Amino acid sequence: MRETSWSEFLITRLIKVTGYSAILIVGIIFIFLLREGSPALIEIPFSTLFSVRWYPIEDYFGILPLIGGSLIVTIGAGAIAIPLGLATAIFISEVAPRWAREILKPMVEILAGLPSVLLGFIGILALAPLTREFLNLPTGLTALTGALLLSAISIPTIVSVAEDALDAVPKTYRDAALAMGATKWQTIWRVTLPAARSGVLTAVMLGIGRAIGETMTVMMVTGNAPVLPTGLSALFKPTRTMTATIAAEMGEVANGSVHYHALFLIGISLFLISLVVNLAAASVVFRQKKRAERILS
Amino acid sequence: MGESSTTAHKPAQLFKLADRNMVQKIGFAGLSVATFLTVLPIILVVALVILKGGPAISWEFLSEMPRDGMRAGGILPAIIGTFWLTIGTGIIAVPLGIGAAIYLAEYASDNRWTRIIRIAIINLAGIPSVVFGLFGLGLFVLFMRFGTSIIAGSLTLSIMTLPVIISTTEEALRSVPNSFRVVSVSLGGTKWQTIRRIVLPQATPGILTGVILGLERAAGETAPILFTVAAFFLPQLPSSMFDATMALPYHLFVISTQVPGMPIKIQYGTALVLLTFVLGMNIVATIIRSRARARRQW
Repeated sequence: MRETSWSEFLITRLIKVTGYSAILIVGIIFIFLLREGSPALIEIPFSTLFSVRWYPIEDYFGILPLIGGSLIVTIGAGAIAIPLGLATAIFISEVAPRWAREILKPMVEILAGLPSVLLGFIGILALAPLTREFLNLPTGLTALTGALLLSAISIPTIVSVAEDALDAVPKTYRDAALAMGATKWQTIWRVTLPAARSGVLTAVMLGIGRAIGETMTVMMVTGNAPVLPTGLSALFKPTRTMTATIAAEMGEVANGSVHYHALFLIGISLFLISLVVNLAAASVVFRQKKRAERILS
Repeated sequence: MGESSTTAHKPAQLFKLADRNMVQKIGFAGLSVATFLTVLPIILVVALVILKGGPAISWEFLSEMPRDGMRAGGILPAIIGTFWLTIGTGIIAVPLGIGAAIYLAEYASDNRWTRIIRIAIINLAGIPSVVFGLFGLGLFVLFMRFGTSIIAGSLTLSIMTLPVIISTTEEALRSVPNSFRVVSVSLGGTKWQTIRRIVLPQATPGILTGVILGLERAAGETAPILFTVAAFFLPQLPSSMFDATMALPYHLFVISTQVPGMPIKIQYGTALVLLTFVLGMNIVATIIRSRARARRQW
């Protein structure tokens, strides 16, 4: 008996440790990024850091073009993925008959499972030649191609989170609207969507978060030119995101060099961006939960 | 008087009803088109890779070393590398992830610390994959001196996979009805005995599904292994966990961007092998899930 309680005690402790491991891991990640990246803030003058020229071989470490590249590709991806993803979520959850749902949900899961390097590969061989021909551009490796493929990466996140949110709306809401003579369409727009809005907002934020953090696809298809985008025409030119810069250059830098620290500094920025996006998304969910508890109690 | 007013209203109302139905029809059509646009590329990508990659697949392609600067021969080292990386990731991430999920589902009370754990997990899930690569380089490759090796890559990938395994396992544990636990405890079982003999067996299919989906993601990732394990080309297979190795996703990246004059057939063949690896795991997970649902006892 004594022995069981000892092993019980040990195992309970062990489980508790694994439970807290997530906090530890996030902490260590941040500390290590800081350790390797913060020297860049001392080594590189601010005027250089916030300039428009990224050319590490000659010690130009301007991160503005990289931030601009990430922005333009992400905005482009969002402009495609948000309407398509939300419409697909609404279709699956509210309109589609059961059999169609059984086909559509696994398809979206397949898209979520496609490795980003595979999408990049398809982008190079199939999509880039198409955009070049159709838009009559000198090269198909542009921000637009990147945005198109990135939208394929954020769509599954948007669809599944938004669909969960729509599913969570009680059926009585819809029944009440329909009973009062509203059409299905009116019910979706005026009752179901507003009721699920915080979940839908979370879906959009998480989808955008995925797009900002995506690496391989954008590195392979955006043409790798760190030029500050100015205006809409930049969509049709090559660009370079923050993630792609790290992935493309980290393999060739000397450990501990200024360039190495600069790449880690970009990593810190990406970490902080994802932190903000995810905290915002989580706080929306938490707040919604609290409100629901208040209404129910 | 009453009669005249109804006749006056009727056409307008009818028109409005027709209008509403028209709006609904157009709206639903729009939704269907959007869904079609979402699904079509998925079908096209999968079909393209299968059709173009299929002819490249042969026993030699799967079982031989690359030759002629990877422009001929097979992709065996990349397959073996991804296999070992997936196993290594599983060995590290599965116990840790399941342990954390058991804590969250069975032990943790709803307090500040639990909320912080959840926030940490949410953040871990959102960190860009290339940042995991940077972290793996800083901690495992350089600081712990593992070098670019299978163990450094597996550790990096398992940290990335952890949130998927934790959240799916927790969901599986929570779906086991509470009455099961109450009965076990009332018969004299301790908390851990209840978890091990009652809750875990009931939740196994759900946990397995989550584990496979997590490992599927790890198997397909490139950015985290770029600086922690992946080798451009190695003439021999890895012999220990401290060796670097080739890996399928990185190999696909290399041969589609870094090697000029690469035969298209080999590129699509490699893409197909990677797709099969990943989709195969996805299908196994789906089968386990649907069979468990059909057999569920509660």
